[in-house]
Amino acid sequence: MDNSKLNNSDNHLRVIEIEGLNKWFGSFHVLRDVSLSVEQGEKIVICGPSGSGKSTLIRCINFLEEHQEGQIVVDGIELTGDLKNIDAVRREVGMVFQSFNLFPHLSVLENCTLAPIWVRKTPQAEAEKLAMEYLDRVKIPEQAHKYPGQLSGGQQQRVAIARSLCMKPKIMLFDEPTSALDPEMIKEVLDVMVDLADSGMTMLVVTHEMGFASQVADQIIFMDEGQIVEQNTPSEFFDNPQSDRTKLFLSQILSH
Amino acid sequence: MMAAVDNYKKSRPPPAASAGVIGWCRQNLFSSFSNTILTLVSFYLLALAIPAFLDWAFFSSQISGNTRFDCKVEGACWAWVDQRFGQFLFGFYPEGERWRVILAFVLLFPALIPWVTQDLPGQRYLRWFSVAYPAIATILLAGGLGLREVPTDKFGGFMLNLIVGLSGIVLSLPVGILLALGRQSKLPLIRWLSIGFIEAIRGVPLITLLFVSNILLPIFLPPDMTLDSIIRVIIMVTAFASAYMAEVIRGGLQAIPSGQIEAAHAMGLNYWKSMRLIVLPQALRISIPGIVNTFIGLFKDTTLVIVIGLFDILGIANAMVSNPDWLGLSTETYVFVAVFFFAVCFSMSRYSMWLERRLGKQRH
Repeated sequence: MDNSKLNNSDNHLRVIEIEGLNKWFGSFHVLRDVSLSVEQGEKIVICGPSGSGKSTLIRCINFLEEHQEGQIVVDGIELTGDLKNIDAVRREVGMVFQSFNLFPHLSVLENCTLAPIWVRKTPQAEAEKLAMEYLDRVKIPEQAHKYPGQLSGGQQQRVAIARSLCMKPKIMLFDEPTSALDPEMIKEVLDVMVDLADSGMTMLVVTHEMGFASQVADQIIFMDEGQIVEQNTPSEFFDNPQSDRTKLFLSQILSH
Repeated sequence: MMAAVDNYKKSRPPPAASAGVIGWCRQNLFSSFSNTILTLVSFYLLALAIPAFLDWAFFSSQISGNTRFDCKVEGACWAWVDQRFGQFLFGFYPEGERWRVILAFVLLFPALIPWVTQDLPGQRYLRWFSVAYPAIATILLAGGLGLREVPTDKFGGFMLNLIVGLSGIVLSLPVGILLALGRQSKLPLIRWLSIGFIEAIRGVPLITLLFVSNILLPIFLPPDMTLDSIIRVIIMVTAFASAYMAEVIRGGLQAIPSGQIEAAHAMGLNYWKSMRLIVLPQALRISIPGIVNTFIGLFKDTTLVIVIGLFDILGIANAMVSNPDWLGLSTETYVFVAVFFFAVCFSMSRYSMWLERRLGKQRH
């Protein structure tokens, strides 16, 4: 079913192509021969136990982490040490962090307009208009002139999403976006992410929110010890997990 | 089991005993037996010291006379101030040209306005004026553009402290920022150079640096190139203060979570933009107390110029104390000098508190 959905899209452009990726932290082999390709508009959820390398994997896609072996091509640009390529990729890839990482010394609006003004050279008035559109979309336009410290965790994460969207990225990376939130606030962030998925954004999401995964994902990837252990559609992944490690993981996170 | 709450309790004002003047005194001065004792002892000591000082400095003092032999009173003798005030302020700057120093000093205040407030009309012009001020002040003080030239060895008194101190303050902050960033650089050469500079300068007393600038520097420079002694002092004082500044700012940089830089990078901001827009505004705010501390230290260190033969306000004071006409008036003289330093240093300290409060307000 998912394949038919992809085939129906205008042209299945591969926007991310990862081939034989290896990375070490010191002597710790954190990513082991990871290969992955993502097509435009595809939503991929990555899950796995902590320390399995899932965050490191998506941080390699915008070069927050440098890989030692293998090839990563994002939107036709290969990531090497070349600063120009890195900047070009980062302009097209947005990222949302577990700890929000909003800039506390800037207002919500300034957080959103900073990169468009300084990276895309958008005139200030236009950048502010764009920012208000996206703040409206994440349902907090009334907070635009407050500072991040005055907002709740859920509101901060929605600002962080709006801030990334203001750069009009082609790909969005989410690194455990709801893990630092109180239970009452998780839903408001997931709602925004579902809305974003419906709009056709290419998304890679590291999360343990399996409800979100089954609702939104085209593919679910399960990682353990730096490798992709299993990759499947949500229905197959939940109903018919192949490896024992996946079964164990699912039994543990779904038992509550 | 308790029933569900229908009406939430209304908030009430705090009890009267913890508010108002009496409440404040009770909480802060007489909160316990030992605190009460401390309060009473402190009041007693203040009651001894303050009236005695006021009596010495004002009530039993004398302000007229030509030499120390005219001083007939128990308290302070301020008779010399009238004669020497100009020298204390201007050193040996020619008397007919002193208006230029005063004008440069007065113009300093509009030049400082952009650093003190942001919501004045004509702010943009003031900012340009602020940028141009060092050139304007240099011409006013040293001459040029039709103004008579005054050689810098005539500079002295408190004016010299202000020139060296302000130049050092203005220059050491940017140099310190670059050194702090350099020390954290991923490029080994830049990192080693920064560490080498900081450690070498910090490991040596300023007085040594001043001697070096006076004696060794001319040997290294080409023979036909002479560097003005005040410029040499400013370079050395700046180098000295910026080594300390770099370490103060490095402390601030380390307090910024790495997520801030990652977020900036992830949005496509390059290194310099991330530093300028995200990291430094936060790091400098945290470092304000340390930065101002370094500024105050630097300003007081300007008195060391005496070792290379320049007469700042303290040098003039030393000369006066050993003058036979005014021998024995050292207490008065040094109290007088202390007032000048206290005024400047205390202002800096208040400015830093105000700045911290204002930047804090912006945030919450």
